[in-house]
Amino acid sequence: MSRHSGPPGQPDQPQPGERDAWPAVSARKNRRRRVVLADPRGRGRVLRTIIELEEQTSVGEKLIRDLIKQQLKTAFLLGGGTLLLLASLPVLFYLLPGLADVELLGVRLPWVLLGLLPFPLLYGVGYAYRRLAESHEHDFVSSVDR
Amino acid sequence: MTGNLWSLGLVVVVAALTFLLGYVGSRRANTTPDFLVARRAIPATRNAAAISGEYLSAASFLGVAGLVLKDGIDALWYPIGFTAGYLAMMLFVAAPLRRSGAYTLPDFAEARLGSANLRRFCTFFVICIGVLYLVPQLQSAGLTLNTITGLPTWLGAVAVTVIVGVNVLGGGMRAITLVQAFQYWGKLFAIAAPTFVLFTVFLASPGNGAKSVDEGGVLRFHQDVEVTTAEQVRVRVVEPMELTAVGTVNGAPADGHALWGPGTYTLGKGTTLSFAEGSPVPVVEGSPTGNEQWLRPQTGGLGGLFETYSLIFATFLGTMGLPHVLVRFYTNPDGKAARRTALHVMYLLGLFYLFPTVLGVISRQYLPQLLVTGKTDAAVLLLPGTMQPNLLGQVLGAIVAAGAFAAFLSTSSGLVVSVAGVVSTDILPGKVRDFRWATVLTGAVAIGLALLLPRGDASLTVAMSFALAASTFCPLLLLGIWWRGLTWVGAMAGMLVGGGLVLTALAVNVVSTLSGWVAPALSTQPALVTVPVAFLTMIMISKLTGRRRPDDVNQILLRLHAPDPLGFMRDRDVQRFGSAEEKPREDSRDSARPWN
Repeated sequence: MSRHSGPPGQPDQPQPGERDAWPAVSARKNRRRRVVLADPRGRGRVLRTIIELEEQTSVGEKLIRDLIKQQLKTAFLLGGGTLLLLASLPVLFYLLPGLADVELLGVRLPWVLLGLLPFPLLYGVGYAYRRLAESHEHDFVSSVDR
Repeated sequence: MTGNLWSLGLVVVVAALTFLLGYVGSRRANTTPDFLVARRAIPATRNAAAISGEYLSAASFLGVAGLVLKDGIDALWYPIGFTAGYLAMMLFVAAPLRRSGAYTLPDFAEARLGSANLRRFCTFFVICIGVLYLVPQLQSAGLTLNTITGLPTWLGAVAVTVIVGVNVLGGGMRAITLVQAFQYWGKLFAIAAPTFVLFTVFLASPGNGAKSVDEGGVLRFHQDVEVTTAEQVRVRVVEPMELTAVGTVNGAPADGHALWGPGTYTLGKGTTLSFAEGSPVPVVEGSPTGNEQWLRPQTGGLGGLFETYSLIFATFLGTMGLPHVLVRFYTNPDGKAARRTALHVMYLLGLFYLFPTVLGVISRQYLPQLLVTGKTDAAVLLLPGTMQPNLLGQVLGAIVAAGAFAAFLSTSSGLVVSVAGVVSTDILPGKVRDFRWATVLTGAVAIGLALLLPRGDASLTVAMSFALAASTFCPLLLLGIWWRGLTWVGAMAGMLVGGGLVLTALAVNVVSTLSGWVAPALSTQPALVTVPVAFLTMIMISKLTGRRRPDDVNQILLRLHAPDPLGFMRDRDVQRFGSAEEKPREDSRDSARPWN
């Protein structure tokens, strides 16, 4: 199993323009090309940073570590906030039994808080995370693309 | 009898549609990636419907309403946790897991930590969780078909196994995707339509309206009722009451009029009790007896608080460790689609879970006799016929029955595919033929166990599966995806400790059920303790064995987290089984994917 080797790719003839654009890396190109060629438009420009990422040079290492840290931080903030909000309810109900007598449109408050509200809340948090995570990834790709 | 014909007819329709969609889905399914991960070509919304269809098992379709009927407001944490599990999944697992390019959970473990031992170990746990989940599905299927149509119990279990088996043999993951997506919408209709109709009836019926559910004090029968127990049960009485009992009460034979004071009573199997209108309802031991406790949250004191938090822990973190759910995320084309799938699942589940709660509340009004036997899972099935003893009730009852049958089919198909996928690639060589043999093997073992083992309490088994998943695979995934320091020794130790503790708790539960001794909350809801212990073990052992950290950990984390357009993702199934026909497709898809 070729787990640890670089991803196997498909043989691809180099484009004439690219060879001129990056003379420094053209020697390594036949080996590296396969990693790169996801997007025909960005081939030449993305190449160098992606090689840095793949080889984990200090620049590439820092880039990906920053991305991971950023995604994890976002996830922790959103997830932790939601958990805190939901997990405070049982204690609240335990400490303030009077809440059970409050009525909202004829339905007791705890039933509304537990039967109805968590679902839009969860979807909202998920939606926010999707937006944030995708914009982080977008920024990362643009930074690689320069 | 007409009602039975309606139900039987709709069940047959569901079975026929399942076959048809399975057939449509499995045309041109001929490679191993087809069978394992449906060629990774399922769009986010369809995969979300399929995941929801698979996830809404009988425990959700029938169980949630039953738990609300029995335990009241505190049972609402089940649907919340079942949904919130996908938030945790989306935040921490979905996209990196897909980008790992693995095709089963054990394969992910090996890809990340590079140990064949760990892979075999994970295989064992996947099979354990899969079977632990599958057996009660088959057993409940038999029981449900028996309740609604009168067919023998074994026939229902066999029917589900055969239908699922044939579909999976035909096309594996490709066959069941369309089926599960369709079954989600079928189940949503089957629970929404009766809820709307019955809720209207509930609000409109004079004297039987919302007020009496709200009243404090002891729950009382609203009409004369006769109850027969199906097995031995302990009930609690809080107010002196009169009744007629025929059978065994507290070990002594009873025949005729009886006067019960406050206390607990053990009813033998097949005991018939007759209650007059207005008499208090004896409630099965362990559930709230008065409306006041049923209506108010957290009346169980500190023990109840512990159970609630433990349940939150198990469901929030357990969902991401369920192998049959995870394997569906491998069918998305890329990490971004996997993330969007998880988001859409939350929408679909949130929509669904509004309805069982309402049905559970209404059942408290109309079906208090279920509290005597404790068989509250039947509430959703019996409610339409009880509230509307006419053609409308029969049709609604038949729709609910068909929905329940769809729930058994979709969950069982997902479980069979995930277990067969693991068995065929880790124990057998992994060709399509092996997948088919593994399917037959899985089905045979599951149906054998389902017929041999005594039927457990479905909600308990589900709670245990979640706790087991949360204490084994959840730490492996979270630490594996986000922490460079994990080693295979640490992962294995953590899973051993976490899994071992949960299995011990399960054993304590079984002993307590058999001996009548009341199990402590710690053993019925162990997650609050076992999950942190599993995490700690994994981290500490990994630190101690730091030199076993894989050399290419940075490369792997890059692959897990690099955005999809950079093209670092490589599908391991294509590397291992890839066919000539498969590769060109992969390429065209990769290069054609625009960023948006």
